Amino acid sequence: MTESLFYFLASLTLLCALMVVISRNPVHSVLFLIITFFTISGHYILLNAQFLAAVNIIVYAGAIMVLFLFVIMFLNMNKDSESRVKTSTLSKFAGTIAGGLLFVIMVAAVKDTTIAGYNADTFTSQTGMVETLGAVLFTQYLLPFELASVLFLVAMVGAVMLGKKEAGEQHF
Amino acid sequence: MAETYTSDFGTILLFLIGSVIFVMLGLFTAKLIRPHRPNPEKLTTYESGEEPIGNAWVQFNPRFYVVALIFIIFDVELAFLFPWATVFGRRELIEATNGAWGWFSLIEMFIFIGILILGLAYAWAKGHLDWIKPKPILPQSRSGIPPDVYRQFNARQEAKREA
Amino acid sequence: MESVELIYKAVYILVIFGITLLIATYSTYAERKVAAFIQDRVGPNRAGPFGLMQPLADAGKMFFKEEFIPAKSNRMLFIIGPGIAMIVACMSSAVIPFGDMLIIGGREIYLQAIEVNIGMLYIFGVVSLGVYGLMIGGWASNNKFSLLGAIRAASQNISYELAMGMSIIAILMMTGSLSLREIAEQQAGFNWNIWYQPLGFIIFLTCSFAETNRTPFDLPECETELIGGYHTEYSSMKLGLYLFAEYINIFVASAVMATLYFGAYNFPFMENLREAFSDPVVGNNVVTLIGVAVMFAKIFFFIFFFMWVRWTLPRFRYDQLMKLGWQILIPLAILNILLTGGGILLFD
Repeated sequence: MTESLFYFLASLTLLCALMVVISRNPVHSVLFLIITFFTISGHYILLNAQFLAAVNIIVYAGAIMVLFLFVIMFLNMNKDSESRVKTSTLSKFAGTIAGGLLFVIMVAAVKDTTIAGYNADTFTSQTGMVETLGAVLFTQYLLPFELASVLFLVAMVGAVMLGKKEAGEQHF
Repeated sequence: MAETYTSDFGTILLFLIGSVIFVMLGLFTAKLIRPHRPNPEKLTTYESGEEPIGNAWVQFNPRFYVVALIFIIFDVELAFLFPWATVFGRRELIEATNGAWGWFSLIEMFIFIGILILGLAYAWAKGHLDWIKPKPILPQSRSGIPPDVYRQFNARQEAKREA
Repeated sequence: MESVELIYKAVYILVIFGITLLIATYSTYAERKVAAFIQDRVGPNRAGPFGLMQPLADAGKMFFKEEFIPAKSNRMLFIIGPGIAMIVACMSSAVIPFGDMLIIGGREIYLQAIEVNIGMLYIFGVVSLGVYGLMIGGWASNNKFSLLGAIRAASQNISYELAMGMSIIAILMMTGSLSLREIAEQQAGFNWNIWYQPLGFIIFLTCSFAETNRTPFDLPECETELIGGYHTEYSSMKLGLYLFAEYINIFVASAVMATLYFGAYNFPFMENLREAFSDPVVGNNVVTLIGVAVMFAKIFFFIFFFMWVRWTLPRFRYDQLMKLGWQILIPLAILNILLTGGGILLFD
């Protein structure tokens, strides 16, 4: 049951991820990306990592994708402007090479990995629970946790700088 | 343990499937029984009765984008706060450390939230949390009668009404 | 055993669906009656006794009206938009505990569709997805009013989500659990969270008004500025889905508020009542059934409150709305977290 569910979810994930790239309409791409995040959350649930699954939906599907949608909706995206953009043969060629290289690197990286398996004695199904995560976060990983807040501060300053008002800006 | 959780999430899947079926059924039956007689006028977008000008898909004010950006940062912060909140008030943890755990985790969180408040304060000080306010233009009449006359007239009317 | 479980779940899902739809349908009727009551009018009274058939007539209209999809719109997304709004609204009612445990024929039946460890996060996640229905629908219409409404809706929802999440965190600090059933069980009797979290409740209440796009936060669809906002171009069943989703959201928001702050199905002296019966099974079932009634009474009160506010308060201006969300509610919510933390350590 779980195994067939996994294969179904995995194929759905791959299909949706492919559709993100293939879709001509960028809004469709974003929608497919949202579905991809959902299926990835499904994988997390199969691994019993409930907190990760929920946070994946809240942060990725609920927040970052809203930002993506904003950006895409605010781009001046008419039918005629779409057809005006012509991809030259050279850039297609360059894209193929870059993508192929990335693929080679990924294959090389995955080739050498081994699945560690798990020790039946020390394995607990509760690893992915919120409570476990909280306890670990506040004891073992305290410094990274506090440093993360500094990272957020930097990100906030960056966001503010990006949104700097420019002279003669139009509002509506 | 793990099995029951999976089946609970399976119920969520059932819920999802159920609601998708419900929506599709509703839309499909409505499509079957309603009339369908389109004409070009019906199919234009509504623009207060005028012919619509241009396209609605235009470039937009970037301040909405900045709001979304700041939102993401705080949303990730919330994701960090959730595990903290669940372990914070744990009796057994507090007792195991003679009450030190509670204060320790609270102070830890104060530092974390404090740095984030710094970020919020920065965005606030830079004016990104202030939305632009409309600037109302007071109407000015070009009537030859001075405004005082109106005021006197109104006062007299008021006095009459009260009498 | 497995198939029995599955059938039971399926039945329960159908029941929850039915209740949700029924309440959403009759919320439209209640809204008009409440409006009429507040404005000293009669309200709907033609269809059936007291106009009780009015929602059915409205639903019929949604089915039989002609629909048009603007020629310049994005057809596919135009149809998907209201679908997403409705699906998301339906999904959120899954984890709400409508009652405690019933014992029928030796089987323990919990009156809750799904008990997950992360119930509160689930609701928060589903709420954060609610914005897509409005955004996609408003954008796909290719109408300037719709687009403005959609963008307003998105900005408003994400702004108030933060304060909402922070008020939830204050609750979690007290309960130490994300499971809604546990949160409900901890408030047994009259030990409701509202006594400890008055500020958190006010923040949560305000945010749920904003998240459901209700007056005074109905800027995404305010008639005087944006005609109909994100659903200007919608008609027939698709409009129906949008409006229906709004009422389902109100129902779920009321249920969540009742669960988190007002003790869910708990009521004072329930333990005394349970012990008054000699047979523990009968006592348990009686208390549970009364608990369900109490839960729904609380939900109905909040739904009424939503309507009451709608016909009492005027609408905010957009800059006021953003100011309230970012400069008042978020600092207040952070303060609430700090106060809760200090309070738990000092008095517990």
